Amino acid sequence: MTAAIEIDGLAKRYGAIEALGGVSVNVERGEVFGLIGPDGAGKSTLFRVLVTLLLPDGGRAAVEGLDVVKEYKKIRSRVGYMPGRFSLYPDLTVEENLRLFATLFRVTVEENYALVRGIYGQLEPFRHRRAAALSGGMKQKLALSCALIHRPSVLFLDEPTTGVDPVSREELWEMLRDLKRQGITILVSTPYMNEARLCDRVALMQSGRFLDVATPREIVERHGRTTWAARGEHMSRLLLDLRANPAVERCFAFGDRHHVTPRAGASMPRLREEMEALGHRQVEIRETLPGIEDCFIQIVGQQKQEA
Amino acid sequence: MNKRPFSTPSLFAAFARKEFYHIFRDRRTIMILLVMPVIQVILFGFAITTEVKHVKIGLLDPVPDVATRRVADRLLASDYFDLARVLHSPAGVERALRRGEIDMALVFEPRFQRRLLRDGPARVQLVVDATDPNTAALFTGHARQIIADAGRELAPPAGATSLAAETRLLHNPAMKAAYNFVPGVMGLILMLICAMMTSISIVREKETGTLEVLLVSPARPLLIIAAKIMPYLLLSCVNLATILLLSVHVLDVPVAGSLFWLVAISLLFIIVSLSIGIFVSTVTRSQVAAMLVSGMLLMMPVMLLSGLIFPVEGMPPFLRGLSCLIPARWYISAVKRLMIEGAPVTVIAREALALTCTGALLVALSIKNFKNRLS
Repeated sequence: MTAAIEIDGLAKRYGAIEALGGVSVNVERGEVFGLIGPDGAGKSTLFRVLVTLLLPDGGRAAVEGLDVVKEYKKIRSRVGYMPGRFSLYPDLTVEENLRLFATLFRVTVEENYALVRGIYGQLEPFRHRRAAALSGGMKQKLALSCALIHRPSVLFLDEPTTGVDPVSREELWEMLRDLKRQGITILVSTPYMNEARLCDRVALMQSGRFLDVATPREIVERHGRTTWAARGEHMSRLLLDLRANPAVERCFAFGDRHHVTPRAGASMPRLREEMEALGHRQVEIRETLPGIEDCFIQIVGQQKQEA
Repeated sequence: MNKRPFSTPSLFAAFARKEFYHIFRDRRTIMILLVMPVIQVILFGFAITTEVKHVKIGLLDPVPDVATRRVADRLLASDYFDLARVLHSPAGVERALRRGEIDMALVFEPRFQRRLLRDGPARVQLVVDATDPNTAALFTGHARQIIADAGRELAPPAGATSLAAETRLLHNPAMKAAYNFVPGVMGLILMLICAMMTSISIVREKETGTLEVLLVSPARPLLIIAAKIMPYLLLSCVNLATILLLSVHVLDVPVAGSLFWLVAISLLFIIVSLSIGIFVSTVTRSQVAAMLVSGMLLMMPVMLLSGLIFPVEGMPPFLRGLSCLIPARWYISAVKRLMIEGAPVTVIAREALALTCTGALLVALSIKNFKNRLS
């Protein structure tokens, strides 16, 4: 049995800008595969090539064994696609949008209702409300319902959690795990590195290239270095002082703490003392597990050095 | 999986209905589509008028006599001309014209009556501001006719020796401007609704990204586009009926020819305009661009070159050639013939052919230009 998505040396340029520089990966059936990378990494371009909206300039790709160039019509009836920005009709109601997309795929809402119940169920009370009046999280749930209503075998979700509140984000990921249990392959992108751990496998993406493809755990094992989490009274000044310290290789803000990658032989108590000597109070430094974001920055840093 | 597969007609209906929702839920769109045409017709009918009515006349009659009074009375007796001022010198004529106190001056030569009856020819001068040549020609033409009539009464020409041309105004004896602009406004409004509104509505789906989602579906894009333009086709028919009703009952411009063929040629023009709209949507990416293209590149030429404002016959050959490329010009010409002149349908064969060819070409171009993918 072929993989759900096969990507082999895929390249795409926009004039002088290289959006995809020859990426390759196979996504297995029933897998939740994450594309992790900052804005402009080429995630949306990869999505658009895979859902047959853009022609690649090089390489090949297949979805469910169907070539994205030659068999694009067959692919279009089998996949569900949710673009990066809200792409439903804001002046239609929740229910009108869903019914329209059902008709588009020549199915009825009723026959596939079981699949979307978990997601659309939350929207039912607002079904006569115009889509424009929904919150960010609600909009994404509606868009997901519309992308699912024809029971696609592969789901392409381009940044579904961007602009969504943390609670709804959590719920959306819960829904994706539900869909995975129903055998749907999911390719999902996100700029939030901490969401990577929710995927079966991830590709770290930067400037149109995959930096690494592995499970989130493998990524951390491979690239994770000793990481300290630091906090103090004046976080922004602390960040600058930590960066200036010779014992610190890298330091960046991570939530309510700063993540520090120490150089070999650096000592945690001494770093704290040095910070206190600079006038920082209530400095607290402890060991922490490196996250995907730490690894991402680590890999990008390494590549810059090599270059 | 699809136990009850939806038929193509029901997909078509669903998307046409959706477009109706878009139109009726946006107040601005519905205003442009249904209210603006009515306002335009009424505006053109009553406010913008090129008819000769109550033209202010200045009279300069150095030596009044029976003949000059008769001529002046005849001129001022009509609704067309009103006496605004009695002038006393040629300099006064110019001053009054410049100040806008009068629109036209009637200047008699001294000893007018004697010349008229004995020495012949008696002369009378019409002085008019020709900044607007059309209006000036209209005023003087009207006045000359009346003066000539009065002259013949005062001094009947001897026998059959003298030759006089008599003008008869066919189809529009009262010289009403409405007769000229109703066909023009029909062309303008149908063009606006069909071409501009459809192109904007299609491009809006590009802009908001909904087209992206629609493309990733088994539905044929052309079917969706066809469903999209359906409401505009229907609303254009409503507008056609509104304009015709307004022109017959409010502006007193009757449909002189066959109503059936008038509607038929209008439908043909509507289809051509819709295909222009689709074509514009295939070459533009944003709503603003679509509006500029249909507004500047389509509306302006339609206004200027279609005969709505300036008669096509009076244009330099280059512009006249250019006007042949504008579908509205053919439509307006066909409506003038069918509706105003009451000509049989065979007369507009050339117009119908031109419209059919343009429509076929645009549909072909749109289909060729239409992309099944982005960019």
